[in-house]
Amino acid sequence: MTGDILNSSMLIFKKDLKSELRTRYVINSLLMFVLVTISVIRFALGDEKTENELLTGLLWISIFFSTSNGLSRTFVKEEERETSIALKLSSDSTAVLTGKLLFNLVLSFALNILILILFILITDYSVKNVSGFLITVIIGNFGLVSASTIIAAIISKANSKGTLYPVLSFPVLLPLLITVINATKLASLGVGTEKLYGEIIILVSYTIVITVVSYMLFRFVWED
Amino acid sequence: MNGIFKVLTFILITFVIITGILLPIPEIPALGDKARVLYFHVPMSWISVLAFFMSMWYSIRYLKTRESDYDLKSFSSAQLGFLFCILATATGSLWAKFNWGSFWNWDPRQTSIFILLMIYGAYFALRSAIDSEEQRAKLSSVYSIIAGVTVPFFVFIMPRLVESLHPDPIINSQGKIHMDSTMLTVFLTSLVGFTMLYLWILNLKFRLERLQIKKLKTIED
Repeated sequence: MTGDILNSSMLIFKKDLKSELRTRYVINSLLMFVLVTISVIRFALGDEKTENELLTGLLWISIFFSTSNGLSRTFVKEEERETSIALKLSSDSTAVLTGKLLFNLVLSFALNILILILFILITDYSVKNVSGFLITVIIGNFGLVSASTIIAAIISKANSKGTLYPVLSFPVLLPLLITVINATKLASLGVGTEKLYGEIIILVSYTIVITVVSYMLFRFVWED
Repeated sequence: MNGIFKVLTFILITFVIITGILLPIPEIPALGDKARVLYFHVPMSWISVLAFFMSMWYSIRYLKTRESDYDLKSFSSAQLGFLFCILATATGSLWAKFNWGSFWNWDPRQTSIFILLMIYGAYFALRSAIDSEEQRAKLSSVYSIIAGVTVPFFVFIMPRLVESLHPDPIINSQGKIHMDSTMLTVFLTSLVGFTMLYLWILNLKFRLERLQIKKLKTIED
C-alpha cells in the first residue's frame, strides 16, 4: 500500500515536472519576476551603503513574493486545465499531495538558489556564518513549501484565486517568516550556529506541524 | 438559553460596569486609575481568543460529521470573535495613547492582536470567495484549523523579538496576582459575565444564520 502511494506520488511529480519543462509557463515568468524584483531593489538602493539588517528583509520579500507566485500555481493549474477530475480518479489524495509537495520543493529550491546568487552578486550582501545561514534558509524553505501547498489547494477551489493567495498565506506564514528573517539576519551578521538553535527548533517544529496537518486535512480539500 | 442565564448575565455585567467605574482601586505604580481598563480590555481579548478556538473546534466537528450546523456555529463564533478583537484593539489602543503616548507602537501584544485580526480577515475573505455552500464550509473549516495550529507559535516567537511594555509583567510579575480582593472580584466577575454574554450572542447569531439559510432555501423553491 505504502509502495503504491510512493509510486504514484513519484509519477505525479514526474508528470508535473514534464509538463512544466514542456510549456515553461511558470519557469519563464518566475525568472523574469525574480530579475525584475532584484533589479528594482538594486535601483532603489543606488549607491547607498546598506546594512545587512535591511538587506535580509529585502531578500525575504523577494523570496516570499516569487515563491508565492510560483507555488500557488500547482493546484490552480489542474483546475484550469480541467485535469483535476482525472487526477482524482487515478490516484489517492495522499499521493497527490506528496507529488505536489515534491514538485514545489524542487521549484522553490531552484528559485531560492537563483535569488540568493543574484542577490549576492547585485547588492553588497555578505554572509559571515555561511553554514548557519544555509541551514536556516533550507529549513525555512521546507516550511514555506508545506504551508504554501495546502493553501494553494484551498484557493484552487475559490473564485479570485490570484488575490486570495497572499491574503490567506500571510497570517499562516508569519511565524515562519518572522523566525527565518531573524535567524538569517543573525547568521549574516556572524552569530554562531549554536546560538541559532532556538530559531532552528521553532522552524523545524513549524514545518512538522504544518506538514502533518496538511496530510490530515488535504483529503477534505481535494475530494468533492 | 433559559431566562436565569440571561438575567444572571445582565446582573453580572451591570455589576462590573458600576463597580469597575466607582470602586476605588489600589495604587499601582505608573498606572493609577488607568488600570480600570483591565476590567473591560482583558475580557475582550480573552473572548477574541476563545472565539477563535471555539470556531476551530466547530470546524473540526464539521469535518467529522458534515453537519452544516457546525459550520454555521464556526462562522458565528468567528464573526463574534472578530467583533471582540476589534473592541480589544480599540480599548487597548486608547489606553496605550494615555500610558505609552501613542495609539500604536508595535508592542508584541499589539502585533499579536494584529495577526489575529488578519487571520479573521483572511477567513472571511475566503468564505466570501466560494459560492457553493458545502465547499465553503469545508474549505473555511480547513483554513481555520491550519491558522489555529500556527497561532501557538507566536507564544514562543514574540518574546524573542522585543521586550513588551504590556502591564501584565507589572501587575502580574512571576505569575502572581497582585490585585487586591475587590479588584480581583470585579475582574473575575467581568471575565465570567462577558464570557456568558459571548455564549448568549453566539447562540442568537447561530439561530439567525440558520433562519437566513432556511429563508434562502424557501425563496429558491
